[in-house]
Amino acid sequence: MKLRLLGALSLGAMLIGQVALADTVKIGFVTTLTGGAGAIGNDMRDAVELALDHLGRKMGASDVEMIYEDDTFKPDVGKQKTEKLVKKDKVHFVTGYIWSHVLLASRNSVVGKGPFMITSNAGPGPVAGKLCHKDFFSTSWQNDQTTMAMGEVLNQLGIKDLYIMAPNYAAGKSMVAGVTRTFKGNIVGKDMTKFPAQLDFSAELAKIRSVNPDAVFVFYPGKHGMQFFKQYSQAGLKDKVPLYSAFTVDSLSLPRLKDLAAGSLMTQFWAPDLPTPITKIFVQDYRKKYGRYPTFYAAQSYDTIMLIDSAVRAVNGNLSDKDGMRTAMRRAAFPSVRGSFKYGNNHFPIQNFYLRKVIKDSDGNYTTRIVKTVYTNHQDPYAKDCKMSW
Amino acid sequence: MNWILLLEQTLNGFQFGILLFLLAAGLTLIFGIMDLINLAHGSLYMMGAYFAATFTQWTDSFLLGAMLALLASMLFGVILEVIALRTLYTRSHLDQVLATFGLILFLNEFVRLIWGPIGLDIPLPDVLNGSLELFFGIRYPAFRLAIIVVGIAVAFLLYLLVSHTKIGMLIRAGASNRQMVSALGVNINLLYTIVFGLGAALAGLAGLMAAPIMTVEIGMGEGILMITFVVIVIGGVGSIRGAFVAALLVGFIDTVGRSFLPDILGLFVSNDFADTAAPAISSMLIYVLMAIILAIRPQGLFPPKGA
Repeated sequence: MKLRLLGALSLGAMLIGQVALADTVKIGFVTTLTGGAGAIGNDMRDAVELALDHLGRKMGASDVEMIYEDDTFKPDVGKQKTEKLVKKDKVHFVTGYIWSHVLLASRNSVVGKGPFMITSNAGPGPVAGKLCHKDFFSTSWQNDQTTMAMGEVLNQLGIKDLYIMAPNYAAGKSMVAGVTRTFKGNIVGKDMTKFPAQLDFSAELAKIRSVNPDAVFVFYPGKHGMQFFKQYSQAGLKDKVPLYSAFTVDSLSLPRLKDLAAGSLMTQFWAPDLPTPITKIFVQDYRKKYGRYPTFYAAQSYDTIMLIDSAVRAVNGNLSDKDGMRTAMRRAAFPSVRGSFKYGNNHFPIQNFYLRKVIKDSDGNYTTRIVKTVYTNHQDPYAKDCKMSW
Repeated sequence: MNWILLLEQTLNGFQFGILLFLLAAGLTLIFGIMDLINLAHGSLYMMGAYFAATFTQWTDSFLLGAMLALLASMLFGVILEVIALRTLYTRSHLDQVLATFGLILFLNEFVRLIWGPIGLDIPLPDVLNGSLELFFGIRYPAFRLAIIVVGIAVAFLLYLLVSHTKIGMLIRAGASNRQMVSALGVNINLLYTIVFGLGAALAGLAGLMAAPIMTVEIGMGEGILMITFVVIVIGGVGSIRGAFVAALLVGFIDTVGRSFLPDILGLFVSNDFADTAAPAISSMLIYVLMAIILAIRPQGLFPPKGA
């Protein structure tokens, strides 16, 4: 008798548990939390937590459960963690993804399996083009765009001979493709280095010195960027050949690079001094909470949470209404750090790209300032390969 | 062909080879004499770099910091040997691999607890931070030159130690025939501790010298450890001379391959393909070399006598 009562009670508890769970928005966030790139993932997580603080830890009336997973910078691990989020945790949104190769490996475990997938950083060409999907969104950019803007900048500066270096993986290839698409001068040298194993660039730097180009353009995200800038200066090239970059200098590396990066130019869709109301609040509160400038990774992650919030509110917390949530996300009617923007047919933002320069702020901290707008409402070149229309 | 570039790339290969040698010398001794496969050797390299970063910060001098870090690495190695590794000598190689792999994980977390997840930097004195004009108008980074000089000096000291001292005699004897050495009444435990301490100091030296070029971070020794194993296989397990020659060979092939392969490949295939394939092929070269050596001379280039 007692046993049956106990059984019934636990069954009841389970049922109630089920009901309570249905109201909670479950969000998986796959990023890199350990190793040299762990600082990036940490920055993204901090931004997500700040976004949740700003939302009062609720999306409309629904509670939010965040599940962070560490891809350890490896595509196979990222895919495993993604599958765990989809199959075991049964999340409604799978987000995060710093690295293009991790995203590409994980994509098929999410799209078409139920949850929405939102990339908070990586934007390899295929997912914006042929592989675009109704359940896939981006709150960052497509890889080629930022370096296409850099190509334009180099043209405007009158650079004739350019030397390009990037790591040999999905994003590295897109970045190089981007700058070659718009740059009109000669590319006098190009090195695609082994990624992530190669951290010593002595051989490539020797080649740069021997070719003596007008400028060098690099894409080295995370720790690779720091090392590149250091070695570039040690090789005596810093004052000889101007160095331009994309996604190489960020708010994580600047406090350590300091003068090595002073005056350095890069292109980007966002900067901490972008004059939009949300960026102002975001940067201010982020600095107050964590004591440092947010990176662009952080800004994109903040937007990811706000995009999800707009979708959940639009369907009044009815998470089974996927069509309703999709329609809401396509409107991009959420307060974004980049100001108002529109989604292209492939669910990638159509947005501005700016030229940024490294400066010292009034407190002596290194940060970047926007020099000018390079592209206004720019759409990525892969959108035309995407069959989706709405 | 651009001779200045070739010469500069040779120097680069040499510098990388020297770093590899410092790691390989310790690893080959530990493997050859103690018959211990120590996967955590890369972690000792990492510890050396972290020690150097901390001591440089405390003393405000890279030189002083480096010396203290060298001592600390040796001490750390000795402690590690006494506490953890001593129990592994009688176990099978598989057990050793498992245990030292665990040690890698442990030390990575240990470093994270003490120094935090974000890496450190070692600021160099101005003398070492620029580049120098060498002969024929070659400019070369001063610090990389310093690595070459220190490495050659250490190689020479090691040669003196191993070939002309009593302890060196015991080390050589240990590499050739371990049972005989212990049968002759040599305190093999002490010898092991000394060898491990020496290996740890060499790994620490490699770490602290690599640190200012790259950054000091968790797991920094894992990539380079793979190549170090290749070096000791090519050189002959237990042989310092073999480690030296093989390290320079591997350093040279890796650097020169990286530098010239894209151009050479570009002569035969489309440029796009060459750009993508060259890094992949150049990183394979050293493994191809290892495979060839294993096929025609499985004991390595310079195996210790009697092994």
